[in-house]
Amino acid sequence: LSAVRHRPEGLEQLEAQTRFSRKELQILYRGFKNECPSGVVNEDTFKDIYAQFFPQGDASTYAHFLFNAFDTDHNGSVSFEDFVMGLSILLRGTVQEKLNWAFNLYDINKDGYITKEEMLDIMKAIYDMMGKCTYPVLKEETPRQHVEVFFQKMDKNKDGVVTIDEFIDCCQNDENIMRSMHLFENVL
Amino acid sequence: MAAGVAAWLPFARAAAIGWMPVANLPMPVAPAEKNKRQDELIILNVSGRRFQTWRNTLDRYPDTLLGSSEKEFFYNEETKEYFFDRDPDVFRSVLNFYRTGKLHYPRYECISSYDEELAFFGIVPEIIGDCCYEEYKDRKRENAERLMDDQEDNKDAKLPNMTFRETMWRAFENPHTSTMALVFYYVTGFFIAVSVITNVVETVPCGTAPNQKEVPCGERYTVAFFCMDTACVMIFTVEYLMRLFAAPSRYRFMRSVMSIIDVVAILPYYIGLVMTDNEDVSGAFVTLRVFRVFRIFKFSRHSQGLRILGYTLKSCASELGFLLFSLTMAIIIFATVMFYAEKGSSSSKFTSIPASFWYTIVTMTTLGYGDMVPKTIAGKIFGSICSLSGVLVIALPVPVIVSNFSRIYHQNQRADKRRAQKKARLARIRISKTGSSSAFLHSKRNGLFNEALELTGSTEDEKRLSKSTSLLESQHHHLLHCLEKTTNHEFVDEQYYQQSYLEGGLQNYPSRSPSLSSQDGVTGTCCTRRSKKHHTPLPNASAPAHMQPLTHTHTHQQGLQELSTIHIQPLSTSRSSLNMRVDEPAPLNCQSSQITTAIISIPTPPVTTPEGDAHLPAGPTHQNVVKVSAL
Repeated sequence: LSAVRHRPEGLEQLEAQTRFSRKELQILYRGFKNECPSGVVNEDTFKDIYAQFFPQGDASTYAHFLFNAFDTDHNGSVSFEDFVMGLSILLRGTVQEKLNWAFNLYDINKDGYITKEEMLDIMKAIYDMMGKCTYPVLKEETPRQHVEVFFQKMDKNKDGVVTIDEFIDCCQNDENIMRSMHLFENVL
Repeated sequence: MAAGVAAWLPFARAAAIGWMPVANLPMPVAPAEKNKRQDELIILNVSGRRFQTWRNTLDRYPDTLLGSSEKEFFYNEETKEYFFDRDPDVFRSVLNFYRTGKLHYPRYECISSYDEELAFFGIVPEIIGDCCYEEYKDRKRENAERLMDDQEDNKDAKLPNMTFRETMWRAFENPHTSTMALVFYYVTGFFIAVSVITNVVETVPCGTAPNQKEVPCGERYTVAFFCMDTACVMIFTVEYLMRLFAAPSRYRFMRSVMSIIDVVAILPYYIGLVMTDNEDVSGAFVTLRVFRVFRIFKFSRHSQGLRILGYTLKSCASELGFLLFSLTMAIIIFATVMFYAEKGSSSSKFTSIPASFWYTIVTMTTLGYGDMVPKTIAGKIFGSICSLSGVLVIALPVPVIVSNFSRIYHQNQRADKRRAQKKARLARIRISKTGSSSAFLHSKRNGLFNEALELTGSTEDEKRLSKSTSLLESQHHHLLHCLEKTTNHEFVDEQYYQQSYLEGGLQNYPSRSPSLSSQDGVTGTCCTRRSKKHHTPLPNASAPAHMQPLTHTHTHQQGLQELSTIHIQPLSTSRSSLNMRVDEPAPLNCQSSQITTAIISIPTPPVTTPEGDAHLPAGPTHQNVVKVSAL
């Protein structure tokens, strides 16, 4: 039996491809390698790691979507390169890129449109992370209502789907969203 | 290529000079050695312990972490060394692998930690040297068994949608899963015992009938015994059919030992029913009754020790076979010798070799009935040799069987112990989980009070409240906070959730998360006496003097207690965005003796995001508090 192992490209290459400095890449890699000594994350490990941050709820569904968003080549495992590329966009990218990434996350089947069902799945996953003990008590329709609000805001031409342009347009006009995009800039 | 071989490559190439004179064709061009660096020492700092080795040594295995460019990620510019935050003891084995080409497994090391280190450094465990391979494999197998046991225990948990058939099978296999199963288990056990006892008592001579001959009870009370037998057999038949119905794989069930025992136990009865009073077969029928004793084996479903015994015998089959074989050999030898030795003496009981078998067996097992004794001197000599060797032959395989039994028994005990410890383990996991979530709630409340105190500007309380949370914690809490904002719901602790869930229709006062762990926070009231050691009295702790009668109806729900006091505070100011019209006397929730007194119907509670960081009551004045307490 040979364990699945993967080694990342060299530091220089990654430095060129991402917006992280050498030191930051070193820090990232050490953390990554600590959790996943074999060098790749498979979905179960990803879910485990993510679940540790949300002890009250069930983070597995959301972790699944997140995993698919990071696993850009869809080979079932997230290597360090995938991981670092994703983080580079998320932490150091332009607002456009970040929004693009978010759209990609929501668009589960990656067809370029966010449908209500996809959004509902994502929403339920997010709410699942809250767990049971919330205030006010989570009701069945809460995610659905949230999706309705979202679509009202985003779906400009009311055709039942949200395209990337509608999404980016709408987000750029929304002050809250714009502000929150800059929230994690000084992480790391 | 193994390490040792790589080191010898220059030598092999140099020795190739010897072929040159003999070769007819021109030699190929040698590969250019680009980037030939002077071999240098590199320092590997593993958790403070410094290891040094040549770069070349590490380069021997380019598909591992240390041999490839992956180690550059761990290079520390300032100290010019590679720093790994790993276990230095296991690293010794890892480094030795590069040096010697052999990977050793230290016995004192835990197998999982060793595996983890190997995985981290990119070394495949299969290359462990022969000297340590067996030990490694054994420990790995034990670990895997332990993990499997844990998983099996998890499977015991009831799966949500099980068909009736599956439920039944589960009930049969694990009697403690449901009360019905337990009842069934005991009933069958009882009937097995009854049946066995009946069989035994049947043969006891039962008092004298008018004719002097004593008859066994079976013949005296034929009808009674027959009814008893019928009842037992009916129960056993029903049980067998039910098991047959519920079994996931009927064919496999029918082949299993227990089912064969079941069948053998009830078959004689049915055969007896079928057979008429035919003279010839009735003899055979009587023999069949013997098989009724097999019912006692049905007890093995009820007794784990019996099952272990059976399993041991099965696993020691080879030892038992050896025992049997050697005994047979010895018996034959000694019987022959005794026969010929005693042939001379008159009126000897040793009439033939088979007849001597009985003597040999009785002597070898040191029973010594004395019904057959040798009379000649030769016979006595051989007889004594026979009894001595008997002891030896029997004593040899027995320890093997005993040790096998002991191993299996201890394994079972370990499994039981693990199951017992499982509860403690799960409890520990649960505690750590709730610990982290309550830490979040706690810090939220602290954050809240920091705001409050900023408003009052009382610095000493601020100092008391500001517990230092580490940067990591605060970042984690920020993350959870963002999730709350996204979903527009708050995390609360279990008790509050239960209570608000029960209240259901009642509009709960949406306050910030009151958490049990924050008992050392809020209460400036009488509750402080009951709360834990460090608490910070509110700026005006004297305030709720009037609340005393209310709040003194302490129940065990101290969490709710805090709840009420917390609620009362925000109520008293109108600055809270959760506007509550203080002057409106809402009816007390009198029916509950619990401290849900503060939960009052509010006319318009906006259930939107409580602006948590908002305006906590700076200083509830007496006035407001009075109003509240009047509610």
